[in-house]
Amino acid sequence: MAEITLDQIIQPENMVYTRSRIMTDTVLHYCPGCGHGTVHRLLAEVIEELDLQSETIGITPVGCSVLMYNYMDIDMQEAAHGRAPALATAIKRLMSEKFVFTYQGDGDLAAIGTAETIHACNRGENITILFINNGIYGMTGGQMAPTTLPDMKASTCPYGRDVQMMGNPLKITDIVATLPGSYYVTRQSVHTPGNVRKAKKAIRKAVEYQKRNQGTCFVEIVSNCNSGWKMTPVDANQWLEENMLPFYPLGDLKVPEE
Amino acid sequence: MGELRLMKGNEAVAEAAIRAGADGYFGYPITPQSEVMEYLMAEKPHERTGMVVLQAESELAAINMVYGGAACGKKVMTSSSSPGISLMQEGISYIAGAELPCLLVNVVRGGPGLGTIQPAQSDYFQSVKGGGHGDYRLITLAPASVQEMSDFVRLGFELAFKYRNPAMILSDGAIGQMMEKVELFDPVPRSKEILPWATTGKTPDRERNIITSLDLDPKRQEDFNLKLQKKYREIEEKEVRFEKIQCDDAEYLFVAYGTSSRVVQKAVQLARSRGIRVGLFRPITLWPFPSKEIFAMTEQVKGILSVEMSAGQMVEDIRLAVKGKIKVDYYGRMGGIIPTPDEVVEMLEKKIIGG
Ligand SMILES: Cc1ncc(C[n+]2csc(CCOP(=O)(O)OP(=O)(O)O)c2C)c(N)n1
Ligand code: SF4
Repeated sequence: MAEITLDQIIQPENMVYTRSRIMTDTVLHYCPGCGHGTVHRLLAEVIEELDLQSETIGITPVGCSVLMYNYMDIDMQEAAHGRAPALATAIKRLMSEKFVFTYQGDGDLAAIGTAETIHACNRGENITILFINNGIYGMTGGQMAPTTLPDMKASTCPYGRDVQMMGNPLKITDIVATLPGSYYVTRQSVHTPGNVRKAKKAIRKAVEYQKRNQGTCFVEIVSNCNSGWKMTPVDANQWLEENMLPFYPLGDLKVPEE
Repeated sequence: MGELRLMKGNEAVAEAAIRAGADGYFGYPITPQSEVMEYLMAEKPHERTGMVVLQAESELAAINMVYGGAACGKKVMTSSSSPGISLMQEGISYIAGAELPCLLVNVVRGGPGLGTIQPAQSDYFQSVKGGGHGDYRLITLAPASVQEMSDFVRLGFELAFKYRNPAMILSDGAIGQMMEKVELFDPVPRSKEILPWATTGKTPDRERNIITSLDLDPKRQEDFNLKLQKKYREIEEKEVRFEKIQCDDAEYLFVAYGTSSRVVQKAVQLARSRGIRVGLFRPITLWPFPSKEIFAMTEQVKGILSVEMSAGQMVEDIRLAVKGKIKVDYYGRMGGIIPTPDEVVEMLEKKIIGG
């Protein structure tokens, strides 16, 4: 049998996967196993597949993903904590032909930025919101988030979230789905390859639907924070499946009538 | 000659915004400036010029809408009054930190807290000394008439874009609410230019544009701050504006801006009718402050009275400018009370001439 050389293997027809050209060469700063990197990749792939690079303006939040602009080869703005939907509102209204998205954590979107989230979605701003719910404040070192589960531990609820004392977790995606201005609302996860594939389909819809000008597209990704949760990546994903998903069930909350 | 109209100061701001080719206005109602958005909405600027006008859910949202629009290189603005401007401070600091141009209008009311809806000048410190966090500066224009409310919209945008820095019109409830004749400037079309630094979508011919105020590297963060400071020195060098009224033969000097300067103009007449040779120095830019020009006056005058509708804020900058060479004192009223010309002359006699 003739020997196969490397050059013969590296041929376009043999290509099964390549990194999206929308991702830059910068090394991600995320903890190994963190869901943020996966969601970045999915979004980058969707932007590339839909050929939207030259039309895209993205907004990064304050949170672990604040430096997302280093990883994506698109125009981006960095917002103050919680205010990304306000920026996106203005951008889309001033340049309605562009594709505008925000990328926000749970503290950003569902605590300090609740008003901006609700009002942008209620006005039906034609923007796409990616909401990374990891149930904790990752960037500041693992404090309680609005989405922290009952009895779940965080650095500001070291004995577990006592809902009598600290209030209940907020299912903001459920609220968004009830608003007349939201168009497509879905909850996904990226903790298994199967879920990654589903999440990508959902992100793609949320991006494509923006062209329809029918209202806000909102994708929650139930994600992990192995550093904040103080678990290995594998344990974190298992914990997510066993604890986060029963409380934040996956699936579409609002789909456009076709 | 431009079109003449009788208008409120707040309405003049709104009309000037449309005429200046503003792309967007984002605001939240608060007395005494709500007429700005009311006028805009009534004018249907989306039909007149395509300008976007949106009532935000809060001043927090409004200023961040301004940030988003400014980062696209658009001519965007907001207006509010004191408590609302306080709420915007984080956003203003971000805008300065990201070097974005925009126009802010503060129609000042008395404080602290909810205070009063009556006019005041007690937000001087907030505008010229920072207000938000970090070492930044706001170009601050102080109109003294409805005419200047209109003119400074155009000037404010011009300066904001020239230096990529937020500019503020620091007005007050009296100028916002009063009606005067105003000569409106001719409308200019909205700009179609795509600014090279703006986030408008990364096209193949350029690198991606990133608008951020974040840099975690101390060296780079310091370098950036030094660059900002250099820009601020340049603005201080080139953009000082002021007006001198009856200063040529003055022995004494009032310094006042905005509504106070209107009162003081009367006080100058009154004092002169009593034989007191006094003039008025009216700073038009509160930052950059006309420090050199005020210092120059110390060669000529024996004392300065700063007249303000506050507990004495600008007087600190006058003292810094004068460097102890002559006597500087302050007279002011607070809580929405406007001083009378009589009071002002009396205080000049008591605190400066007699003192
Ligand atoms: C006004 C303001 N308050 C507080 C902070 C500090 N802060 C930075 S990130 C963060 C929480 C981020 O958590 P989340 O949005 O859940 O994102 P994650 O880091 O978990 O991805 C906080 C409180 C800030 N930067 N600005
Ligand atoms: S702290 Fe948590 S959210 Fe942040 S990068 Fe690490 S794992 Fe991800």
